[in-house]
Amino acid sequence: MQWSTLIVFLVLFVFVTALGFIAAHWRKGDLNQLHEWGLGGRRFGTLVTWFLMGGDLYTAYTFIAVPALVFGAGAIGFFAVPYTIVAYPIVFAVLPRLWYVAHKHNYVTGADFVRGRYDSPLLALLVALTGILATMPYIALQLVGMEVVISALGFPMSGWAADLPLLVAFVILAAFTYTSGLRAPALIAIVKDSLVYITVIAAVVIIPMQLGGFGKIFAAVPPAKVLLAVPTGQSLGMYSAFATLALGSALALFVYPHVLTGVLAAKNPRTLTRNMAFLPAYSLVLGLLALLGFMALAVGVDKVPQYAPFFKQYANNFAVPALLMHSFPGWFVGVGFAAIVIGALVPAAIMSIAASNLWTRSIYRAYINPSCTEAQEASQAKLASLVVKFGALVFVLIMPATYAIQFQLLGGIWIIQILPALVFGLYTRWFHRYALALGWLGGMGVGTLIAAHLKFASSIYPLHAFGYAIPGYAALYSLILNIAIAVVLTVVLRLLGVAGGQDQTVPGDYHATRPA
Amino acid sequence: MTTRHSSSGIHPRLWWRLLLLVPIVATLWVPWYNHREPTFIGIPFLYWYLLLWVPLSSVCSAVVYFKTRDLA
Repeated sequence: MQWSTLIVFLVLFVFVTALGFIAAHWRKGDLNQLHEWGLGGRRFGTLVTWFLMGGDLYTAYTFIAVPALVFGAGAIGFFAVPYTIVAYPIVFAVLPRLWYVAHKHNYVTGADFVRGRYDSPLLALLVALTGILATMPYIALQLVGMEVVISALGFPMSGWAADLPLLVAFVILAAFTYTSGLRAPALIAIVKDSLVYITVIAAVVIIPMQLGGFGKIFAAVPPAKVLLAVPTGQSLGMYSAFATLALGSALALFVYPHVLTGVLAAKNPRTLTRNMAFLPAYSLVLGLLALLGFMALAVGVDKVPQYAPFFKQYANNFAVPALLMHSFPGWFVGVGFAAIVIGALVPAAIMSIAASNLWTRSIYRAYINPSCTEAQEASQAKLASLVVKFGALVFVLIMPATYAIQFQLLGGIWIIQILPALVFGLYTRWFHRYALALGWLGGMGVGTLIAAHLKFASSIYPLHAFGYAIPGYAALYSLILNIAIAVVLTVVLRLLGVAGGQDQTVPGDYHATRPA
Repeated sequence: MTTRHSSSGIHPRLWWRLLLLVPIVATLWVPWYNHREPTFIGIPFLYWYLLLWVPLSSVCSAVVYFKTRDLA
């Protein structure tokens, strides 16, 4: 560790922390109201929405987890690029409908919508619980990213002192989220993105120059890692794994509570659709960062003796920090490390806010205290944001972290199960509420069993069908089961004449009202 | 003006939305791009092809935005 690294890092970190607290006064609103604290007053325009959605989509996942997978497993890690390409067109087509209906009925979460649409507190509860549960491993991924970088700054890696820096970062995160709500990460995201762009541009220009160009970099990568394994007579190889990881992750992404929060905080749907054309700028950053995994391989950072203890502790997740330390002067490493840590803080804040909106609206007010005041509601949300972050810490402690990306993939397996209720519900009332609930149960059960069967160390399940092995992302397989159950049981329940409940919404709520 | 969900069905210009499917298909069909050649500044095809689709998908979204923005 160099002093220059530590000083630059600390200066940037203190600056951002101050910004987090100042944010409470930005576009001032009454932070004792849930939609002010948790949705920033629904007033964010195109630019702030862009930073906010970028802030919650590109995270320690982008900086640490994806390059680590490329470093360790090669081409398969690049699935993250089609994942983010595929996600935006889907968001573009689907989520404006949610914005309209949520705005009309003052829904703050996806669960609010499901409750109104299906007249089913049960289904809304399942959606809310799934959102809270799935957010925890995703926040855990952010904590792992912070931990890896903070340890690289030279803090001890074992004993009680090892946890201290992470704890400090964690407390600061919790404190400014509590006081400023969604305004804090929105404001910090602007600084974060500047740091990220500086770091990434420097890295993809300077490191290949140091290594003699991309040709030399890829020549140094073992051939088996450069391309995906081609299908054989018995197996679809890596092809199906790659495509299902990308599609499954994209489908999971846009039902995450924090993404829906970003959507609902926009001031109008045009702000959203316009952003779908701009947001891919982040995908480019993600793709370039993924290439850092290959650069780390070409350098052989894991064979540098001084990094050996870090790789022993954090496995492949240390690839990018090691590459930065190997390639740049101390002060610039400080900039890069600050980019990664702040890039983890911002989404962790947004995710915990989203999960606490869910808790407050869809569980606390629905089941525990239906007559609560607005102030009680907001203070419940603030407390819940703390609880969710501690839940995330539990995941960090109990899950193996050879590849940090497993946290996010596990979250995906869970969150994707609410897609039928939420997304199909934006288009049709055909599905029966109990069929959706049982479909959820099936998908959730099987998805979790697969993840446990793979010992939470992988999310690729080799499905055997038609004499082929079709390795694919467990989230997608369990979603297909979920939908199949929902379809079959809807038919059965309708034949039996089981009541479907009263729909609170009408077709006109799902798009702009215009004169006939 | 026409309503979007009038009795005559969806607005004809909403068919532009099918353009949103193009980047999805182009980046999920692996056999099209799982090759080393042709390389670009030393980067194998797999990687630069997928990266190229980032701006291309932006263009698709932008076209759909401008064609349908008064309808959404």
